[in-house]
Formats: sequence, C-alpha cells, structure tokens
Amino acid sequence: MLRVKNMSVDYGATRVVHDLGLALADDEIVTLVGPTGCGKTTVLQAIAGLVPMATGEVALGDWTATAKHWVPPEKRGIGMVFQDFALFPHLTVEKNIGFRLDDPAVVDHWLQRLRLVEKRHARPGTLSGGQKQRVALARALAHSPKLMLLDEPLSNLDAALKDSLRREIRDALKAAGVPAIWVTHDQDEALSVGDRLGVLEHGRLVQLDDPETCFCRPASRFVAGFLGEASFLAGNLAGDSATTPLGDIPAWPVDTREGAVDLLLRPDDCSLVGDSADGNGQVRFAQYEGGTWLYAVEVDGGIHLQVRTSHETRLAVGDRVQLQVTTTHPLAAFSRTA
Amino acid sequence: MNRWSASWPLAGLIALVTVAPIVVLFDLADAPTGLFEARNLGLVANTLLLTAITVAGSVLVGVPLAMLTAFVQLPWRRFWLVLLVAPLAMPSYIGAFTLYAAFGPGGEIENVLGFATPRVSGLAGASLVMVLYTYPFVLLTTRAALLGQDATLVNAARSLGTSFWICLWRVVLPRALTGIAAGALLGALYALSDFGTPAIMGLDTFTRVIYVEYNAFGLGQAALFSLQLLVIVGLVLYLESRVKVTPERPGRCLQVWPRRGRAPLWLLPALPVVLLAIVLPLAVFGTWLWREGAEGFELSYAWNSARASFLAAVVAVIAALPVAHAAMSGRAGRLFERVTYLGFGVPGIVMGTALVYLGLKLPFLYQTLALLVLAYVLRFLPLAVGTIRSTAEGLDAGVVNAARVLGAGRREVFRRVTLPLTMRGVTAGAALVFLEAMRELPATLLLAPTGFESLATYLWRVYEAGYFGRAAVPGLMLVLISGLGLALMLSGERRAEFGVFGDNRP
Repeated sequence: MLRVKNMSVDYGATRVVHDLGLALADDEIVTLVGPTGCGKTTVLQAIAGLVPMATGEVALGDWTATAKHWVPPEKRGIGMVFQDFALFPHLTVEKNIGFRLDDPAVVDHWLQRLRLVEKRHARPGTLSGGQKQRVALARALAHSPKLMLLDEPLSNLDAALKDSLRREIRDALKAAGVPAIWVTHDQDEALSVGDRLGVLEHGRLVQLDDPETCFCRPASRFVAGFLGEASFLAGNLAGDSATTPLGDIPAWPVDTREGAVDLLLRPDDCSLVGDSADGNGQVRFAQYEGGTWLYAVEVDGGIHLQVRTSHETRLAVGDRVQLQVTTTHPLAAFSRTA
Repeated sequence: MNRWSASWPLAGLIALVTVAPIVVLFDLADAPTGLFEARNLGLVANTLLLTAITVAGSVLVGVPLAMLTAFVQLPWRRFWLVLLVAPLAMPSYIGAFTLYAAFGPGGEIENVLGFATPRVSGLAGASLVMVLYTYPFVLLTTRAALLGQDATLVNAARSLGTSFWICLWRVVLPRALTGIAAGALLGALYALSDFGTPAIMGLDTFTRVIYVEYNAFGLGQAALFSLQLLVIVGLVLYLESRVKVTPERPGRCLQVWPRRGRAPLWLLPALPVVLLAIVLPLAVFGTWLWREGAEGFELSYAWNSARASFLAAVVAVIAALPVAHAAMSGRAGRLFERVTYLGFGVPGIVMGTALVYLGLKLPFLYQTLALLVLAYVLRFLPLAVGTIRSTAEGLDAGVVNAARVLGAGRREVFRRVTLPLTMRGVTAGAALVFLEAMRELPATLLLAPTGFESLATYLWRVYEAGYFGRAAVPGLMLVLISGLGLALMLSGERRAEFGVFGDNRP
C-alpha cells in the first residue's frame, strides 16, 4: 500500500508540487487529472524516485523515502508506463517484456494476456501505437510491481483506440491486483478509469474523492469547470435550498452556509420544452451531437445556461422555450464572492 | 548539464591537435612576396573559376533532379534516388581518370565503339567531372527542403490561376533557396579541396600546384599556396555557417503522378548524368579488366589500404568519444567540437603538406604509418564525432528511466541500454572513417611511407606511368568500397539533411 505524506517537489527555486498527501488501497486505481503544467507528471516521477523530493515522505511496502533519504528507482518496485512508451529500441518485444526476468513463462503469460504473441520477435520501431502501449504495459506488469504509475498512457494514441485500450488496461491492472496512479489531462478518462479521482491545480491536490462526488460536488469552481461543462445559476442560499429565478432548488453548500451563491448546473440537470409562447427563455445557440442536442439558452433576466436534450427535441435558434431544473440531487452552491 | 565535465580536458587536447596542422603551415610558409604575380593570380583565377562553374553546374543539374525525386511518384522511386545520389560516394578522381581515358583521340570510346570524341581536359573537363560528382549535394539538400514544403501553397497558387510550371518557379523554388545554397556551398568546398580531378585534367589549381611544389621540394611554396587555399575554404565555411534553414509548417508534400507509361520520359533527363558518372567509369574499368586482367596488381595494396584505414577508424572513434561527450555537456565542450570540425574543411593535400613538415620536425614520426593514420584521423574525425553524437543525443532519457524503474542499477543500465544503443553510432562512425580513408588520395600520396602502396596511390602511379589498363582492379575495388560507403550513408545515420529516407518517418 502506497502512502504519500506532505510531498513537495522543487525545480530550482520554483515549487511545482505542494504538500501532496495520498494513500492507495490494495488494488485501487486513482486517476490524477489537471491541466497541462499542473505537476501531474512530476508527482509520478517523484514517487518513482526519478526526481528528488524537497519535503515529505513516500512509503511503499518495505521502504520509506524522504527528502533526506532517497531510495533509488530500481529499489522501489514500481512499474511505470511512460507517455512515449520508452521501449528499448534495440530489444525485441519479448526481450523488452522480460528485461529483468529469468522466467520465460512470465513473459509468455503477458504476451498472451495482452495479445502480443505474434509480435514477440518484432522490434518496437515496427509496432503500431496501440501495440507499443500494450508492450509497455506488459513490461511493467511482468516485473510484478507493487504499484503502477501510468503517465498519460493514452495521449499518443488515436481516439478510436483510446476507448478500448482504456478498458483493457483497467482490466489488466485489476486482474493483477496492482494499485495504480493514472495521470491524464482528459476528463472522460479521469472520470471513467479511476476508483478515486484526484484533481491537481498548480501543484496542489485540490480534491480527492470518487469520480461521482468530484463531478457533482466539486470542491471549487476550478474543479467544476475542469471536469465537465459547467453553467452557474445565481441564487440565494438558506439552509439546504436556494431561491433562484427558476424557483427553489435543493442545494449543497460548498464554501458558504448562506447568502448569495452560484449553483453549479451541468447541461443535463435541466430540461427544455419548446413551442411555449410564454416560456422563460430563448435559444441562443444549438449544436447537434449525434445522440443529443446541446442548446445555449438565455433565460429572461440575462442568465446564460447550457442544456443537453435528447435528439428528439428539435429547436431553432431564437425559439422561445420553457427551461426547468429537473435534477433531483442537490446542486453544488459556491459563494458568489469566491 | 554539468558545469564542468570530465571529458573536457581530453576533448580540449584533441581539439588542440586538430588545429596543429594549420598552425604548422604558418611556420613553414615562404614569405608572401609573389602573391600578385601572374602565376599566383592565375592559380587563384583557375581555382575560383572551377569552383564557380561547379556551383552553377551542380545547381542546374541538382535542383531539377531534386524536384523529380521529391515530387514525381515514379515506380521504384527509392532505386532512382539511390542511383542519382550514388556519384556522391565515388571519389571524383575515379571519374576524372576514366573520363580522361575514355574521350578524345585514342580514347577507349574510339577504341571500342569506333567513333571519335572530343578530348575532355582542362577547365572544361575538370568542371564536367566536378559537376558530375557534386550535384548530389544539391540534390539532397534541395530535396530535403522540398519535402518539407506544404503542397497547400501550390494548390492555393494554382487556384489563383498560376500554371504548374510557373508555380514551381515562383512558389516552390524561392522557399527552397536556403536548401539549394547549403548544397551548393558543400559542392564548392568539395571543388576547392579536390586534388585528383584538376591534377588529371591538367588544370593548374591550388591543389594541383601544391603537389607539384611538394615533388620539387618546394615545401615552403606549397605551404604558402595551402594557406591561400585555406583562406578561400574559410570564406566558404563562413558562408555556409550563415545559411539558416527555416523549417516550414509541416504538411503533405506536393505529389505529381505521371501518366501511365510516361514514367520513363520523366527519367530521360537524368540519363546522361547517370551514364557519365556511373556507367562510364564501370564500363572503362570493365574493358580494362577484360583486356589486361589483374596484371601488376598485388593484394598487398588492398591490405595496406585496409590496415591504415582500420587503424584510422579505431583511433578516430576513440578520439571522438570524449569530443562527442563534451559537445553534449556545455558551451566549452561545443566549442571543442566545432574546432575538430576544422579538419574536415582542410583539403587533403593541405593536410598532407602540413604533416610532411611535422614529420620533418619530429623525426620519430617521419615516414611512419602513424603519421598517415594521424592525417586520416584529423580529416575524418568529424564523421565519427557526428555519428556518435547524433546517436547519443537520440538516446531518449525515458528509456534510461524505464530501465531504472524496472529495477536495473546505474551500471546495468549503462551496460544493457546506453552502451548498446550508442554502439550503433560508434560502429557507423568507425565504418565511415574506414571507407573514407580507403579512398583518400592526396594525403596518402604525400605521407605514405616508402614502399607503402595503397589502392588509391597505386591507381595514381598507374595514371602517371600511363599504364591505364592496370587501373582496372584497384579502380573497381574503390568503386565497390564507395558502394559500401553509400549504403552506410543511406542507412541514415550520417547527417540529418542527407537523410535520403527521411521522408517516410511515421
């Protein structure tokens, strides 16, 4: 089980990771997500011992590394999958996977598990992106790590491949029973892959919770905006309900108990009914998405909200509509001043 | 990057050794009294004329061929490209020798085919040979520039009403100018340093008269000529350093699909070049081989060449390692690396002159194989440094990290990952130096110990003695070695702008 306490990392005089704390259960997958340059990759490299820590402590199994006492990467028993795969170009697939293994049976097992048997004698240069990714994963898992670190493992791959590989990697990790930290900048990936989700902003872990909580009850406006399309509806909070131009709505206070708040509305928290001459808003923008339509609606009084409807609701820009908040769960409420 | 690298003192020392020959020349040279006399001015004029004609000719031949190989989707594209680049790998003295022997009254063309041809010699002959063997420089650099151009601009110009050929002239060529210039300047350097061609064609350029002076025991005069030549070389090197290739926005390269059955027509213009530069030398050597066999040839010549070249390759690689390491670790190191590149610009005949003098001053070196090996190393060190450096730089830090997180310690990573990956560069560098040294003529002529005959020097003696037929075996061997050199070069590790196969990276 991995324990990270108060970990900070400096690049020269700049602190890029601040006081990070994290603990992983036995076969848990945690995704770390954040915009480019937020320190995600650095967190992984510090845990792996590839960059030094400025403060804090990392412990896994029988070793504990601190800022003073560095444990070299080869003594940590951590498997890593790199963004650019980092396969050894001079070795075949088979030799890559068995880099430090004595038992050919283990190599065979992973070749089969990740559908690479036919490519066993190929050099990495001749493989497709998806194959390289599977070799990288097989190589890391074959060395039976106590923890896996995946650094944007899908970012160099085609969109079509991402979905299937995402599932394949998750299944392989779960089957091997290895805990993992999976870094990504893709919200969909972050929400769908991890048992828990950590959001990094400027090197700080601003929220660490299960994906659903992070999505519905984000700890900050930044998290709300980063994890999905967010609209905000002004209201006045009292107790567990807020009064808004769209009626009283159950609310879940994030950073304030009462007073002026913004409620977080996701595009699927609302519904639209068209053709009503006396609706409460007007369609400003419409975008067809295949199975759904995304509408931007200006509610009378100047509130702009986004609504996603089924493909059967067909509205034109300029149509009058009746907009209703239909969700039953309380909406996250952020203090207006924040 | 380290502030201070352990490789610096060694690299500095090697850099110092590489400038030594140039310094020596200043000590050796006669007082520069006759610089403006008719003979000296004639030399300058001949040298510059040959260079200028070479540049013009190689651009005229190289640019259209670059367009052909870059844009036109011919069957067997790779093959044509390799064939058209092949003259680059052949030593020009082979071309000069065979052209000289083939044309003119009593030449091989008249002997075999029975019709008279004009003599090929003098400025015209030397220029023809130089163009034939330098246009591939222009072809390669121009082709690289053309492949980097996005075809959208051509399409835009055509949609604005410009015809295809005008597009080439107004939209494509101007953007390839720096590429063309880079190749042309390489050609100019080659023309300035080449000894064999003007010597065989009887054109008095600096390289030819340096050799004449050397034979007449006029070392001081030879050094003076050498320094003048170095000034011109320095000028070209300076111009070359000013050529900056600005990369364009990446995009798909223009493609021209020839109509069915018309492909051979596109290749027709390249035919004379291939005939003169490749087919003719092979045919002439073949005729001689058939007529005279291996008469006069001893296997020891090939063995001598191989031995000296092998030593040079080993020494060059050993010297290149610290230089390459230094070049990757800081500013002073890069300076040392730049300095070692000087040797590449020093013409072989000049290097020979300087080292002959060094041999006279340091008797323990005089007439030894060591001195010849030193000359090879000084001239071809940059080849080894370049390949080693580019492979080491291409070494991805991620791979080292990957090995370490898999549990390999520093030593194991070096032994199992870093070393094998760099070894390719080391081997390639050694092979390049070996092949270049095998073909080297002028420095070998000046520095070979008494009784040491190599393939190149034997070819030269045969030419001087007029026993042309005996050139067949060494000539064909040198062509074969050149072919190996070409194959190695095309395997892609030499220099990025020469990456012939660079267009099909994933």
